[in-house]
Amino acid sequence: MTGTTAAAIGYAGAARLRWIELAPWVLAAAIYFFAPTYLPLGSYVLIMILFALSLDLILGYGGIVTLGHSAYFGFGAYVAGVFAIRLTGDPLLGLAVAAIAAGLLGLATGAVILRTHGLALLMLTLAITSILLEVANKWTTVTGGTDGLHSVPIQPILGMFRFDMFGKTAFLYCLIVVAACWWLVRTIVHSPFGVALAGTRENDVRMHAIGAPVYRRRLAAYTISTSLAGTAGALLTQTTQFAGLSVLGVELSGEILVMLVLGGVRRIYGAFVGPGVYIVAKDYLAKQTPEYWYLGIGILLILIVMFARGGILGLLDRAFAQLKRARA
Amino acid sequence: MSRFALETRGLHKTFGGLTVAANINFGLEPGARRALIGPNGAGKTTFVNMLTGRLAPSSGRILLGGEDVTGLAQEARVKRGLGRTFQINTLFRDMSVLDNVALGVAERLGIAGRMWRAASAYREVRDEAMELLARLGLADDAGVRVLDLPYGKQRLVEILIALGLKPKVLLLDEPAAGVPSLESERILEVLDALPSDIAILIIEHDMDVVFRFAKRITVLVQGEVLCEGTPTEIAADRRVHEVYLGERPHG
Repeated sequence: MTGTTAAAIGYAGAARLRWIELAPWVLAAAIYFFAPTYLPLGSYVLIMILFALSLDLILGYGGIVTLGHSAYFGFGAYVAGVFAIRLTGDPLLGLAVAAIAAGLLGLATGAVILRTHGLALLMLTLAITSILLEVANKWTTVTGGTDGLHSVPIQPILGMFRFDMFGKTAFLYCLIVVAACWWLVRTIVHSPFGVALAGTRENDVRMHAIGAPVYRRRLAAYTISTSLAGTAGALLTQTTQFAGLSVLGVELSGEILVMLVLGGVRRIYGAFVGPGVYIVAKDYLAKQTPEYWYLGIGILLILIVMFARGGILGLLDRAFAQLKRARA
Repeated sequence: MSRFALETRGLHKTFGGLTVAANINFGLEPGARRALIGPNGAGKTTFVNMLTGRLAPSSGRILLGGEDVTGLAQEARVKRGLGRTFQINTLFRDMSVLDNVALGVAERLGIAGRMWRAASAYREVRDEAMELLARLGLADDAGVRVLDLPYGKQRLVEILIALGLKPKVLLLDEPAAGVPSLESERILEVLDALPSDIAILIIEHDMDVVFRFAKRITVLVQGEVLCEGTPTEIAADRRVHEVYLGERPHG
C-alpha cells in the first residue's frame, strides 16, 4: 500500500480527519484574504479540483479508465447555461439541475459502456464526449454553436449574495460547493462501498466470486462521479457566465487526466495538488514564454511519470518516509 | 427436494464442435468430502466454472440445495451458499490481508453497499475477519499487504476469503497448487479442520492430497464421468489406471 492515505482506508482504517487534510481549505482562505487579485484564477482551480476529484473516484478508486469525462463536465456546463437563460438564473437551482442531469447522463451511458472493459471501454468514453461535442457544435439554437452561450444571467445566491466583479462571491460559492463534494467523496471512499469499489479494481473476478454485484456498484460510482463532474461544469458556467465548446471533447478529458496524474491518483488530495500546480504553472509559464508554455507542462509531466509514479504527493510521501528513517 | 447440497443433471457444454462436458450427472451430499480428479484437459475447470456461473452450460441443470440455479448469476449463487477458491491466487492484491477477508464478510452481511459511514465503523465485519485470520494463525499478518505474504500464506487467504462467505458448498480448486511440500502439510491441516457441515468438492492433481482428504472420488475423463467411488475403489479401478497410464499424476 502506498502511503498513509491508502492505509487509512479499509476495515482497519482510521477515517478520522487529520489536520493535514485541512491544508487546502486554509490555503483557500489565505488566498481570499491576502491575494484577492487571484480569486478568478482560484475559482477556476477549485472547479478543476472538483472535476479531478470526480475522476479520481472512478479512475483512481474504481479503476475505470476513461478519456471521456469531459462529456459530463460539459453537459453540466451547458445544462446550467441553458437553464439560466430559458428558465431562471437562480444559481443553486441551476447547480442542482445540472448535477442531476449529468448524473442521469452518466447512469444512461454508464449502463451501456460499463459492460465493457479495457480498450473497448476507453474507446466508448472517447465516443461519448465526441458525440456531445458535435451536438453542442451543431445544435446552435440551444447551445449557440461555436459562439457558445454568452452573458448567462445568474441571480444572487439565495437572493442575497450578488456575484461581484472581483469574483469574491464566485470564489466563496465554488469553495463551499467543492468542500461539500470533497466531504462526499471522502465519506464514500472510506465506506464499505468504497472498499468494495477498490475490490472491483483490484480483482473483479474475485469480487464476483464473493457475491458482489460488480456491475451495479461500478454503475453507482460512475453515476456519482458524473454528477460531480456536471456540478463542476455548472460552476464554471455560473462563475464565468459563459459556456463554450472547450468544456467538451477529448482535449479537456486528457487535460484533467494529466492534472490528476500530476497530483497523484487514488489519494483524494492528488486531485487538489494536481490542478493547483498545473493551472498555476500554466498561468506562470504562459506569462513568461507565451509561445512555449506547453513545453514546460510537457517536461513537468514527463518527469512526474518517469520519476514519481505516485504523482507529486507520492513524491512527498517518499521524501517524508526517508526523513523518518534518517531520524530513526 | 434433492438430497444433495449440489447436484447437476445432464450438464452439457460444447465449444463449437468440441464437447468439454458430456451429460454430467453429479451429486454432492451435505458435509461431503469429495475429490474431482482427471487428466489434464478432462474438463474439470469447465465443470467448476459452470457450477459457479462463470460459464453457461449448453444444456442440463444445476441445483443448489434442491433449487434450480442454472439461470442465476454468480452473485446469486454465492448468496445461496456456493463458495469457491481459485487454482491461481485471485486476491485483492494491493489490499491488506484483513480487507481481503473482510470484503467477503461484508458482502455476506449485506453491508458492502453502504456509503455513509466509514468501513472501520463496522466492527462486526472486522471482528469476524480477524477471528477467521486467527483461526488459521494469520492474525499477526492482518495489516500486511496480501502480495507481501509468503506464497503459502497467500493460499490460506485464498481459502479464508471463501470461508468468510459461510458457504454450504465449497469448491476448492487445487488449494495446494504451487506450494512447496513442507507448507502443503499446513494447508492439508487447514482442510481437515474445515467445518464438517460444509459440502466440499476439491479439484486436485496431487494424489497425496486427494487420498488423504477425500471420502469419495469422482473421475472425469474427456468431459465425462468415468467412475465414482471410495479412494480404495478408485485406486483399484483398472480404467482409472489406464487413463493415468503414461500420464502419471504430477504434484
